[in-house]
Amino acid sequence: MSAISREDLVHLAQLAHIEMSDAELDKMTGELDAIVGAIASVSEVASSDIPATSHPIPLTNVLREDVVGQTLSIDEVLLNAPDSDSDRFKVPAILDGE
Amino acid sequence: MSNYTDELVDFDEALDRYDPVLGFEVHVELNTKTKMFSDAPNAFGDDPNTNVTPVDLGLPGVLPVVNKTAVEYSILIGLALNCQIAEKCGFARKNYFYPDTPKNFQTSQYDDPIAFDGWLDIELEDGEVFRVEIERAHMEEDAGKLTHMGGAAGRIQGADYSLVDYNRAGVPLVEIVTKPIVGAGKRAPELARAYVAAVREIVKNLGVSDAKMERGNVRCDANVSLMPKDAQKFGTRTETKNVNSLRAVEHAVRFEIERHAAVLDSGAKIVQETRHWHEDTRSTTSGRPKSDADDYRYFPEPDLVPIITTAEWVEELRSRLPEPPADRRKRLKADWGYADKEFRDVVNAGVLDEIEATIAAGTSAAVARKWWMGEIARLAKASDKEIADLGVTPQTIVELNSLIEAKKINDKIARQVLEFVLEGEGSPTDIVEKRSLAVVNDDDALGKAVDDAMAAMPDVVEKIKGGKMQAIGALMGPVMKATRGQADAGRVREIVMEKLGL
Repeated sequence: MSAISREDLVHLAQLAHIEMSDAELDKMTGELDAIVGAIASVSEVASSDIPATSHPIPLTNVLREDVVGQTLSIDEVLLNAPDSDSDRFKVPAILDGE
Repeated sequence: MSNYTDELVDFDEALDRYDPVLGFEVHVELNTKTKMFSDAPNAFGDDPNTNVTPVDLGLPGVLPVVNKTAVEYSILIGLALNCQIAEKCGFARKNYFYPDTPKNFQTSQYDDPIAFDGWLDIELEDGEVFRVEIERAHMEEDAGKLTHMGGAAGRIQGADYSLVDYNRAGVPLVEIVTKPIVGAGKRAPELARAYVAAVREIVKNLGVSDAKMERGNVRCDANVSLMPKDAQKFGTRTETKNVNSLRAVEHAVRFEIERHAAVLDSGAKIVQETRHWHEDTRSTTSGRPKSDADDYRYFPEPDLVPIITTAEWVEELRSRLPEPPADRRKRLKADWGYADKEFRDVVNAGVLDEIEATIAAGTSAAVARKWWMGEIARLAKASDKEIADLGVTPQTIVELNSLIEAKKINDKIARQVLEFVLEGEGSPTDIVEKRSLAVVNDDDALGKAVDDAMAAMPDVVEKIKGGKMQAIGALMGPVMKATRGQADAGRVREIVMEKLGL
């Protein structure tokens, strides 16, 4: 059975703010399902006594002292900004924010 | 716009029929020198986008590194809230699209907060204590600041565009989440205020946050629901955001209780949604519904590794905890012997530290209170400053008090001297000398002033002779005028009596 339905993909596309055509949705549904299936095969190998991990290297406590370093200049900060005003990024008014 | 016309039910009536359930999410900005995951300065009020590194902009290829001090401050907050500290915890990405984060996710903690299962006893004004259970306190980062331009003043409704400043993006935050608070009844608004006040006081006392609500160092989202008196199951809740003063927290909870009751009374259902608090109208309006938009697709942050807290580390931090503010207040009230109301006023004025230091420097508790709650509070109000920001030192108060007790100056002159001290003229003793403010109590000078006054007011003299001692007060004005306010009033009275042979 499919792990990813077409509805799931529509939902994901909305969450990711990606516009997708019907043809793309049809194609991607199958492809994404195959990807999820491939990753799911990991759980066939991993038994319940193996803890989940989010990092391949067993490092912990990579911490930094609280010391101020170098910041970017305003020109550098705004280098990639499509638009700016008064040293700030200028963005379209977006209504559904918090 | 609101879905309702916001019918309200009288607060007491609402509470006759419903029990309120509260919940709070309080965000505390830490006052570390640098941000949570980058070494950009964590500073308020700097020019836009000057405290920004590639990490804060989420540029490709950057790697965040956790600020050790921010972790320690978070553990301190957890300990002060009587929480368990996680032996192992990690960070997660909370994904959303909004220009306040250039990364399109906020780095937060999801299912393994650094602190959990705590409690805080909240004392209301009359001494009643409510225990608030703490669900968790987790580490995360603040977002950038948006300024909405065009349209109605600063409101997002009708704005043409927004300007973004990322100085605040990445500032360390600790979010403190309560468990549902049941049983506060009519005291729910007061409890809401007192809880947020207690959290603010604790983080300020720990020294881990500047804790200024007006600067957004402490921010509160208030969850409110109502359930019928006999019900077991919680009602649908709303989450009111933008409640950023203690007064607003109290008013917002009260308003939502009154609004929920009206909706429920009409047979309608409460919509689970965020509400925005408006200080000007003291009301809330509908924000967005809580639904798909809340699908944040949390997943473990692959760029950060877990944090392990050893028992030694946690115990070392525990040993740094200062005396809890509530304990300290109890101790000081007993030591100083103030009445309940006197002490409450002192607490509300925020001058516990100042009074404690003044007493330690050598005055009585009564004298310290007289100065800080009297003249100093008046000067602060007149100059629109916080009392603590006026710059009055305990040493100044001790010196002024010694001058009064030695009868070198009277209370009125002492108040003037204090103003001169604040204007930078030197110590009280210097000022009294330089400005020749010492009380005139040498009998020659006073005697002459009294003679002049009596000569000018024969009717008053007759009254005094006739036994109306309070008439002496009428002579005081001219005598004070002649001595530029520096006459020793007690001595003047004695001289008048002597001269009249009384």
